[in-house]
Amino acid sequence: MASATDQNNARIHDPSSYIIENQPYYVPVGDEITLFEAAYASYLPVLLKGPTGCGKTRFMEYMAWKLQRPMITVSCHDDLTTSDLVGRYLVKGGETVWVDGPLTRAVRSGGICYLDEIVEARKDTMVVIHPLADDRRIMPIEKLGQLLEAPESFCLAISYNPGYQSVLKELKQSTRQRFVAIEFDYPKAELERQIVMHETGLDAATTDKLLKLAEMTRNLKGNGLEEGASTRLLVHAGKLISKGVEPRPACQGAIALALTDDGDMISAINELIGALF
Amino acid sequence: MKASRSPYTAEFLLEKLEDLYEVEFTFLKVEGLVDGLLPLDRDTQDFILGWATRLLSTNLYISHEFTIRVVEALDRLERRVIEAWAVHAADVFDRAGLRPALEVIQKVDAFLVNAHAHAEGVTFDEVEPVLSTFVCGLSGRRLKLAQGEQVYTDSETLFLPNISARLEKAKDNFLLCKAQVAFMWAQTRFGSFRVDFDVAFAQYPDREQALAAFHALDTVRLEACLERELPGLWRDMLRLEGLHGGECVEEGVCNTPLHSAWATCRGVLHTPSATVNDVLDLIPQVLGMEFPQPVYQPHLNPAAITACMLARMEREKILFRVKLAELMKEQGFDSAQPTEEEGFDSAQPAKEEVAPPEFEARETQEGQGFELVLDDKPIAPPEDVKQLMTSIMLDWGDIPPEFLVPAGDGEYDPALYSKEERDAEDVWKGIYHEEGAFLYGEWDYARQHYRKNWCVLREIEMTAGDPAYVDKVHEKYQGLVKHLRRTFEAMRDENRLLKRQAQGDDVDIDALVEALADSRDGSEMSDKLFQHMHRAERNLAVMFMVDMSGSTKGWINDAEREALVMLCEVLETLGDRYAIYGFSGIGRKRCEIYRIKRFDDRYNTDTKARIAGIMPKDYTRMGVAIRHLSQKLNAVEAKTRLLITLSDGKPEDYFDIYNTQYGIEDTRQALFEARRTGIHPFCITIDKRGKDYLPHMYGHANWVEIDDVKKLPLKVADIYRRLTT
Repeated sequence: MASATDQNNARIHDPSSYIIENQPYYVPVGDEITLFEAAYASYLPVLLKGPTGCGKTRFMEYMAWKLQRPMITVSCHDDLTTSDLVGRYLVKGGETVWVDGPLTRAVRSGGICYLDEIVEARKDTMVVIHPLADDRRIMPIEKLGQLLEAPESFCLAISYNPGYQSVLKELKQSTRQRFVAIEFDYPKAELERQIVMHETGLDAATTDKLLKLAEMTRNLKGNGLEEGASTRLLVHAGKLISKGVEPRPACQGAIALALTDDGDMISAINELIGALF
Repeated sequence: MKASRSPYTAEFLLEKLEDLYEVEFTFLKVEGLVDGLLPLDRDTQDFILGWATRLLSTNLYISHEFTIRVVEALDRLERRVIEAWAVHAADVFDRAGLRPALEVIQKVDAFLVNAHAHAEGVTFDEVEPVLSTFVCGLSGRRLKLAQGEQVYTDSETLFLPNISARLEKAKDNFLLCKAQVAFMWAQTRFGSFRVDFDVAFAQYPDREQALAAFHALDTVRLEACLERELPGLWRDMLRLEGLHGGECVEEGVCNTPLHSAWATCRGVLHTPSATVNDVLDLIPQVLGMEFPQPVYQPHLNPAAITACMLARMEREKILFRVKLAELMKEQGFDSAQPTEEEGFDSAQPAKEEVAPPEFEARETQEGQGFELVLDDKPIAPPEDVKQLMTSIMLDWGDIPPEFLVPAGDGEYDPALYSKEERDAEDVWKGIYHEEGAFLYGEWDYARQHYRKNWCVLREIEMTAGDPAYVDKVHEKYQGLVKHLRRTFEAMRDENRLLKRQAQGDDVDIDALVEALADSRDGSEMSDKLFQHMHRAERNLAVMFMVDMSGSTKGWINDAEREALVMLCEVLETLGDRYAIYGFSGIGRKRCEIYRIKRFDDRYNTDTKARIAGIMPKDYTRMGVAIRHLSQKLNAVEAKTRLLITLSDGKPEDYFDIYNTQYGIEDTRQALFEARRTGIHPFCITIDKRGKDYLPHMYGHANWVEIDDVKKLPLKVADIYRRLTT
């Protein structure tokens, strides 16, 4: 038997009972924590919106830790079916066995179900969360003939990025109007500085340059870039730099190439990096 | 083999050039040219003769002049740069005529003096895509890049030369352009132009000298700013200066000032708080001295700056006040309840002071820029207003109080502040203008290069026709419409239940029973036990480009309209996204695109009326229409993009070169461009001679000829079906 404590082996957790042990690093930008707590206490589902890499998922981890609830995250994609969320029969040794989907598991265990990038999921899939997201808080499982009533501690949270201006990726009114919305944006300069320094251990001068670079790429949003560099990318670049990588290649790898595939745009961002470092 | 690569003989060259320049009629001298070409190797001779021929299609004299100068230029410049030089001359000819174009060719002498020997120059077209994005990333006003004779800025546009070749290596020449762009950005960003050039220099007897001193001092100040803001670039700039300085030894490294007075000035100007006023104060101290002239220093053009700024400042004041009035309306003024959207916006806590119910601009807490405050509540202005505020701040230093008074209703004539509001459709009624029009290049196959901004295209709303027309067509083709609908409904790729899948949403009971039986039997059990709902979406966007040339008059036009009605029927059934635009025009300055149905428009009475309104207009300049519509098509997110042209003949225009092979080649090139961006072009024609040119333009399989116009309505839908399944 392999030793579970072996450092090179992944630790195995059961998502429906695993509770985050260490406090995730999260700096509140506004009153999102109070708001979330109030929504949680009132059994209201929550919708997080904001650009990619601005801290939505980190916020959810933090709240799961704070509320001491297990969190089940589902990254939505365009092939996600209702069965993927609710559960399905599988064949095991000549018999069919029912296996709960992540959403059902979260409901049963009274945890937090976090549907990340909900707009990526198909529209017909999204409707299964409707009965859970209004005051009924129930989840019908047709194939089992069951009606699950969510325990008080269950919480549904979804996230999406309104920046994708595609008609295909819009949240339906019937879905969005069930949620309490919390808007996220990139943290203000001072806060972002604090976050990057904490996460990467960089000195103030280099951090400031990274922030300036982020600002420059955010200026390019709508002029060839879909999104500017997120706080997450800054942290990536910062981590590389603090591991001894030269700032220029670090930023090129972690920021320029991560942002776009367009040749001219990459060159332009590289020029911006070259101008700063 | 080797024999054929030996250089041309003098006789051959003489004959060739005489032929080329038609000396019998033009009396141009070519003997001297032969002497220049003779000693060159065959490859270079071919290169020169090739370009001479290409330029000949533009103008004979330009080509002749080019051949005179090119031999001298060969020693100093790479071929790539010479090509750029020739193309630039042709562009100037297109834009401004013969004399300026000849000047470009003749000025190569002056250019060569500036250029480094054996320079690997970079051309404007090479640096522009990267540097325009680069400057966009720097904060402040959105700056444009344009080609100019000199390096300078008018505070909105940064002008760079067509070719930069002052340093030896291409990489360094690029860096030089980058440094110049950043320097001119710094001029606008750090307020170098917050000076009244007319007043500030009135006191000096020699205005030019004072201006030069100002520019040199301001350069020192901006260098310090750049060192603080863009330290990486600053290191590069120092290196460039070193490279360039090596050449002009007597000047030394130009940043080391020549006189001790400069050291004092530097001390003052290098403090972060130094402004342009400090620069003005220091002018007397250095007047008459020699100035450092770093290689990246652009020219100062006070006349252009003043003109540009005055126009902008007035316009922006009006525009800003109008925008404020709009904002106030949006905010509901007294009931400043935050809407759901803004509810959690990280609004900053309002400050103590009580403001009257009006706008105010406050410095943000981080000290970075200003925020807009209405009635003591910070509001988040839309992006365009933010841009406007930035621009105003750059010109004025802050937002003057008179700017913060919202404009009253009807206080300003909208014509005063709206830059592009002049109606593109009214252009032929009064003074010609190109505002609101789109400029497109055109491919000149003889020149093997684009003619820049050659076509002026305007988008015009189709005038509505009889709304009942569509119903009449329906009646006429009643049976067919029904049939088409049925066919296309069957085509709609609907959800299918796929059985016996390895993965799926549900257990496939039949497969399971079979598999169990198999396993009892002792044979291997299949793992394909699931059923899976396959959901297919047609992810398709199609653009119809309808020929509205004069030749479609009569039954062709009727057939086109009927075909469009049929198409709309089936497309509505299918749910594909589609748009319909007509095109026509007369001459390159009057290319017109008629909006019949945009992608977002519904197929309603308005759209139907516009289809009915399609009527024959003028000519068929196809290339520009394809370029414009491809752009529109590319803005739509779809897996497959189709551009379908309904046409009745060859590309042509009014007494124009477009009627020749030129038009066909340009159309072909435009289709290449479209294909490169992932568009599939297709052409449906009724021209019986279509096979002569369409395969060349569209490719062998991408066109179809309909021999009977009356069948067009029946066929088009059918062709569409074949194309998309």
